[in-house]
Amino acid sequence: MEDNAFYVALSLLVNLDASLYQIVVLSLQVSLLAVLIAATLGFPLGAAVALWQFPGRGGVIVALNALMGLPPVVAGLGVYLLLSRAGPLGELGLLFTPGAMVIAQVILVLPILAALSRQKVEELLGEYREQFVSLGMSRARMMPTLLWDARFALLTVLLAGFGRASAEVGAVMMVGGNIDGVTRVMTTAIVLETSKGALPLALGLGIVLLTLVMAINATAYILSEMAKRRMG
Amino acid sequence: MTSLNVPLNNSIELSAPPSLRFENVEFNPFGHRLFGPCSFTLDGPGPTLVMGPNGAGKSLMLRLAHGLLTPTEGAVTWSGTSAPRQAMVFQTPVLLRRSALANLRHALAVNNVPRRLRTELALEALARFGLSSCADTPARVLSGGEKQRLALARAWSLSPAVLFLDEPTSALDPAAIKAVEAAVQEFHKQGTRVVMTTHDLHQARRLAGDVLFLSEGKVQEHTSADIFFRAPVSRHAQAYLNGELVA
Repeated sequence: MEDNAFYVALSLLVNLDASLYQIVVLSLQVSLLAVLIAATLGFPLGAAVALWQFPGRGGVIVALNALMGLPPVVAGLGVYLLLSRAGPLGELGLLFTPGAMVIAQVILVLPILAALSRQKVEELLGEYREQFVSLGMSRARMMPTLLWDARFALLTVLLAGFGRASAEVGAVMMVGGNIDGVTRVMTTAIVLETSKGALPLALGLGIVLLTLVMAINATAYILSEMAKRRMG
Repeated sequence: MTSLNVPLNNSIELSAPPSLRFENVEFNPFGHRLFGPCSFTLDGPGPTLVMGPNGAGKSLMLRLAHGLLTPTEGAVTWSGTSAPRQAMVFQTPVLLRRSALANLRHALAVNNVPRRLRTELALEALARFGLSSCADTPARVLSGGEKQRLALARAWSLSPAVLFLDEPTSALDPAAIKAVEAAVQEFHKQGTRVVMTTHDLHQARRLAGDVLFLSEGKVQEHTSADIFFRAPVSRHAQAYLNGELVA
């Protein structure tokens, strides 16, 4: 019975295992904070690329689209080099802390949020442009209006970003170090338990992770459906 | 449907509406001439109805006049030192994904109306166009007629000196058309210069002070409604009024 992954997952949850609890909380904290920061930067960035014409705009769009597929280990390596003792930001002493993991995930999530929000905002702008110009709105004034009116589409974009952050293992492993009690998150714990051969525990953790991601997506879906029904 | 013939008690001054002048205006993006060259002045009392077959350049003319498009050649000028406050109502009303009230508040906000006045002015405009009961309804679930009235209410709340309407009633039922026409006349009575395109001859007869007839991207005739409907001068207008196909 103890070898059954579902049993392990259930008992992990039911017993409210303290170290599991810590891992789950840290995973959520890191990923949610990363998505929050990436959204604060990425949504205005996406909207700005949609709104303004400038030389090299095509290049920016291609770069953002390409970076959506940035391999996490490459992002991890970049952040590792930046934050390592000898690196330019080594002074901050962030390497192997949750802060470093947040930075790495922001780098992974930002292109997704910027590229997809650019597309959504551009679609909406096509519909609104004449009315906006008629109202005498500047581009800077159009930005908040467009972001707010694209809110339902942007929520889906946000979930895509969160999916990338919460599922990611390579970058957080490299810059976090999977230190027990400090930087161990669900994905790195799964890797560790698998390599130790504790497959039921690894699978159990996997089930817990999947359940959490499902719960967050379901909540977001229900909220947006409710809002959509209200707003038409 | 609420009557729109309510007595007026607002503060818009009844002065002569600003006049609009097209001077050798031409619009030819990518070398394709779509409009002009043409010159005319809209300085009569109006309302000015812009008529002509499909593809004649009616919508282009409105967009050039309103500044949504910049003429490739020539100039669009207004009487007075600067361009007057303008609004435009489109064939398909463009409404934000928020409540009717929030749509008006947004328009007032971008026109720098102080925050404390916005709700009051917005509610006033909604009431004038019989939309009080829809204030909290999402704008995009309103009926076609209500949407167009909301677009008119938005224009109204900005007290424009010039109002452009691009076939505002082409997708509406008779009751909704009547409401829009009443609103257009209200604007006109307030001293707003009304410039509107339509395909509906009856509507043009009901509303027009003067008619600007376009065909093939050029102004073929600009006469008072009286003359236009009784004895049009241009061959194109004669053919159009007779229901013949005009290029």
